[in-house]
Amino acid sequence: MIRDITIGQYYPAKSILHRLDPRVKLVSTLLYLVSLFLFRSIAGYLVATLFLIGIIRLSRVPFGYIVKGLKPVIMLLMITVVFNLFLKKEGEVLVHIWRLSITTAGLRNAVYMAIRLIYLIIGSSLMTFTTTPNELTDGIEALLNPLNKIRVPVHEVAMMMSIALRFIPILLEETDKIMKAQQARGADFESGNIIQRAKAMIPILVPLFVSAFRRANDLAMAMEARCYRGGEGRTKMKPLRYKGRDRAAYVMIAVYVAAVVAIGRYVPLKIWIF
Amino acid sequence: MMDMIQTEKLIFEYEKRDEDGNVIGTSRAIDGVDIDVKEGQFIAVLGHNGSGKSTFAKHLNAILVPTDGTVWVDGRDTKEPEELWNVRQSAGMVFQNPDNQIIGTVVEEDVGFGPENLGVPTDEIWQRVEESLKAVGMLSYRHHSPNKLSGGQKQRVAIAGVVAMEPKCIVLDEPTAMLDPVGRKEVLKTVQRLREEKKVTVILITHYMEEVVDADKIYVMDHGKVVMEGTPREIFSQVEKLKQYRLDVPQVTILADELKKRGLGIPAGILRKEELAECISSQYTHGNRTGMDG
Ligand SMILES: Nc1ncnc2c1ncn2[C@@H]1O[C@H](COP(=O)(O)OP(=O)(O)OP(=O)(O)O)[C@@H](O)[C@H]1O
Ligand SMILES: [Mg+2]
Repeated sequence: MIRDITIGQYYPAKSILHRLDPRVKLVSTLLYLVSLFLFRSIAGYLVATLFLIGIIRLSRVPFGYIVKGLKPVIMLLMITVVFNLFLKKEGEVLVHIWRLSITTAGLRNAVYMAIRLIYLIIGSSLMTFTTTPNELTDGIEALLNPLNKIRVPVHEVAMMMSIALRFIPILLEETDKIMKAQQARGADFESGNIIQRAKAMIPILVPLFVSAFRRANDLAMAMEARCYRGGEGRTKMKPLRYKGRDRAAYVMIAVYVAAVVAIGRYVPLKIWIF
Repeated sequence: MMDMIQTEKLIFEYEKRDEDGNVIGTSRAIDGVDIDVKEGQFIAVLGHNGSGKSTFAKHLNAILVPTDGTVWVDGRDTKEPEELWNVRQSAGMVFQNPDNQIIGTVVEEDVGFGPENLGVPTDEIWQRVEESLKAVGMLSYRHHSPNKLSGGQKQRVAIAGVVAMEPKCIVLDEPTAMLDPVGRKEVLKTVQRLREEKKVTVILITHYMEEVVDADKIYVMDHGKVVMEGTPREIFSQVEKLKQYRLDVPQVTILADELKKRGLGIPAGILRKEELAECISSQYTHGNRTGMDG
């Protein structure tokens, strides 16, 4: 079950998006996410949708695979939608059920919020689908490098991230093994109320932590044995260098943001209440 | 020949601590070890669980420094702080658990980790990575995730990671202990190939005696001391003593020893099946002939 989560995973394919510099993808994703909150009209959503469709096509990641990544957040989505639907009191009342009513403003808000959240998730998962964990940490390290001056340990944080990413699958597998071992001894994780279930997790967490600490210890030793001594004096096997396509991508994302803001704010398109 | 590794009266004590972290005593894990390894040699260290093999291995890479006595690696005293990185570069280390020593999320990036730490220029890192992966026969897996490899393949990647640092000496601490027979063979073959092609000095720590029949010299450790040393033949001929140190003597060697005790003219220290078969068959034909003569 845990393995079905596709958010944050890499999808190997040969696309222009996969080849882009991770810094470009990080900055663009951030800009895209911010851009979703810079307008409040259907014209803006049309531009954002077209852009997203274009990016999905470019990424060569199957649409079904992307949609699958939305599954774990469906609950969150529903809750947001319901809250927006019923809590907004302005505008004309559309439906009246018991003590609750849905107004035009509520419906508009709910739909916009849902779209924003979905685009937010798709946008950021497209970045992780097309960028290997290592490229991602390299990109973050490079982008945050100026913070080094105010004594933020950027290299160390990036190294921690990449090690965490390497060990997530190993620890998941281990959790699975421990759960099976405890189930074979009669442990029950499925029944009981929330407190009982939480208690049932303890026999999983304890061995998992013990093993994680052992691994951490071993790994630290292996890194030292291979002459790791922090970021100083270290060279890179895959240094980041901007190429023509990266500059083109920066221009494109800038054009998109300008367009979405301009169209979203000044094109008076209106369909029904939206 | 130059001395690659030399230890003199090496002593190491782990500190025992109580819950508050105060030292309440020491336990001696290495107790006066003198070892001498020449360049290009293949040295094996055998010993039962807890005999101090890993503790010894960690001294060759300056992960631990002696409580007393001295360790020289390629002429450098491991106790000198300024020699630390040189020592670690000249003696590479491969550990037991394949999962806990691979740092990269892609095979080639893991192999590049060591050279990156050494400050090797980018172009040369690529060259070294390619060469090392080729040397361990894992070049076609360079873009794979280490998580999807078998245990033997992971160990070969770990070996490549060490080879890429171009060490003069490789120390392997029970590299096959967690592997299946196929993985074990893979790893041993790789080590053999490295010895032939790169002429590196190899120190193999293990408790599988079958793995050390090709060694130039074997040290047997027990309770932190070297209790036996010699060529494989010299060591393997002392079956009773080996059993006393709780080592699993290979079946062939035990069988040969039993046959010898029953009066068959078999030399001591048989290492391989073929060798024993040769001995018996020559005796048999010889015996038949004398029978006919009489
Ligand atoms: N970190 C430690 N702290 C305290 N004592 C230790 C530590 N590591 C090992 N020892 C002790 O030192 C002795 C030698 O251990 P070492 O790990 O070197 O043995 P080994 O020959 O490698 O055994 P194995 O075959 O199990 O790997 C053992 O008695 C062990 O309990
Ligand atoms: Mg050990």
